[in-house]
Amino acid sequence: MSKVEIQKINKVFLDGKREIKALDDISLSIEENELAVIVGPSGCGKSTLLNIAAGLEKATSGKIMMNQQEVQGPGADRGMVFQSYTLFPWLTVQKNVEFGLAIKGLKQKQREEIAWQYLQMVKLEDFAKLYPKALSGGMKQRVAIARALANEPRVLLMDEPFGALDAQTRVVMQELLLRIWEKSQKTVLFITHDIDEAIFLADKIYVMTRLPGRIKREIKVDLPRPRDHQIMVTPEFMNLKRQVVELLWEESKAAAEDVCLG
Amino acid sequence: MFQKIDYRFFTPVSLVIIVAAWCGLTYGGLVSRIFLPSPTQVLQTGWGLWQDGTLLEYTLDSLYRVGVGFILAAVLAIPIGILMGSSKLMEALLEPTIDFIRYLPVTALIPLLILYFGIGDLQKMSVIFIGTFFQLVLMIADVTANVPKDLIRAAYTLGANGWQVFRRVLLPASLPGIMDNLRITMGWAWTYLVVAELVASNSGLGYMILRAQRFLQTEKIFVGLIIIGLLGVMTDYLFKLIFRIYFPWSEKAGGKG
Repeated sequence: MSKVEIQKINKVFLDGKREIKALDDISLSIEENELAVIVGPSGCGKSTLLNIAAGLEKATSGKIMMNQQEVQGPGADRGMVFQSYTLFPWLTVQKNVEFGLAIKGLKQKQREEIAWQYLQMVKLEDFAKLYPKALSGGMKQRVAIARALANEPRVLLMDEPFGALDAQTRVVMQELLLRIWEKSQKTVLFITHDIDEAIFLADKIYVMTRLPGRIKREIKVDLPRPRDHQIMVTPEFMNLKRQVVELLWEESKAAAEDVCLG
Repeated sequence: MFQKIDYRFFTPVSLVIIVAAWCGLTYGGLVSRIFLPSPTQVLQTGWGLWQDGTLLEYTLDSLYRVGVGFILAAVLAIPIGILMGSSKLMEALLEPTIDFIRYLPVTALIPLLILYFGIGDLQKMSVIFIGTFFQLVLMIADVTANVPKDLIRAAYTLGANGWQVFRRVLLPASLPGIMDNLRITMGWAWTYLVVAELVASNSGLGYMILRAQRFLQTEKIFVGLIIIGLLGVMTDYLFKLIFRIYFPWSEKAGGKG
């Protein structure tokens, strides 16, 4: 029984009078506690797909099912971490993590306990009383992850959450995410254009085409867990990487030619 | 190594230069006192006006008019501006009308307002209200419309409904920008007040300046100008203080959170 089912999603944008097909008949299903990664060239509609799953955008046709229930709009059962920094700047780190709990109407004491637990998970308990402006980019994203998890969503949707970070911080964050995921056992749908990131994190990778976005290939990643950054230089990892690079190369090349032909 | 410079040291420099030039021109006898009175003359006149009570009375009259007119404009403009910035419907309803009135110079309305309200406090307040309200609505709508979309989306994915997003995200995110715009429009309010008092009045700092000009009491004009300038500096400082106290989280507030 799969947890998230994306069924025949189509999305068409209107650009003036021109119709642009962003997503073309996308279907995929993510199992309970699975970490699925969608990787694709930039501008292939993968963020649109995630926004539709979150309920922030409407699909032109098709539906998203969560435990046999159709998604109708945004909700606390699907937590989301964005690429841009989305901490509320007027709230302290701790109050940010408490945001969803306050919406649920939890008492102050309970909220504090839960927030503390998740801040410890991302190793930021010493920064609880600071405002976001005092944090680095990586720390902000750790708080954003803690904030999403504190709400105890069934599914965590991640839209290139480490895309704005430098390469070294990114690897540290990827390992941290894996440790959290191992402990909390959440269903995760993660979007990226970084191939190493996709293979390092995923149980299953969906490679998307350029516009209109289609699923080109599903690749199982059966690298042993728990994984750490050293796995990135093993032959098994390289084999997978070769596959994904080839698949994406065709797309990027074709996309570039599309642009040239105009 | 670079030395850390305390730039506050430079704050009085421009002021000192102006005062020095003023002293040089007047005490040196380079300019007639009818055009530019000396600092001593201005201070003496100011002291005299303070002692007979007119200075305080006129200042309070002007402050009262600006205060009521501006606060009324702000109290109405803040909710309307936020609604306009966050709802397409409200924007469609209000924007054309507000744009139309905004481009009418309020000074052109003064004759009409005198016809309606006479030359008392009510007329001055209406000038200030009209001069600032419509501008404020648009500026505040702009602030609200520019709250990052991802902040709002994040709140929705954390389970907030429309009202909670409005109260817990849109409102706090807009407040610093709103305060900034209030600070800017407050300056305009003073301009409109003095214009209104110059046209028709029987009290206030603008009236004092106009009368002084008729009797060639240039010192008195300078007293009026200095007082208006000082009040401006004080309100500006007050706004900045409020900003630092209430929005310590803002990037503009400075210092560590």
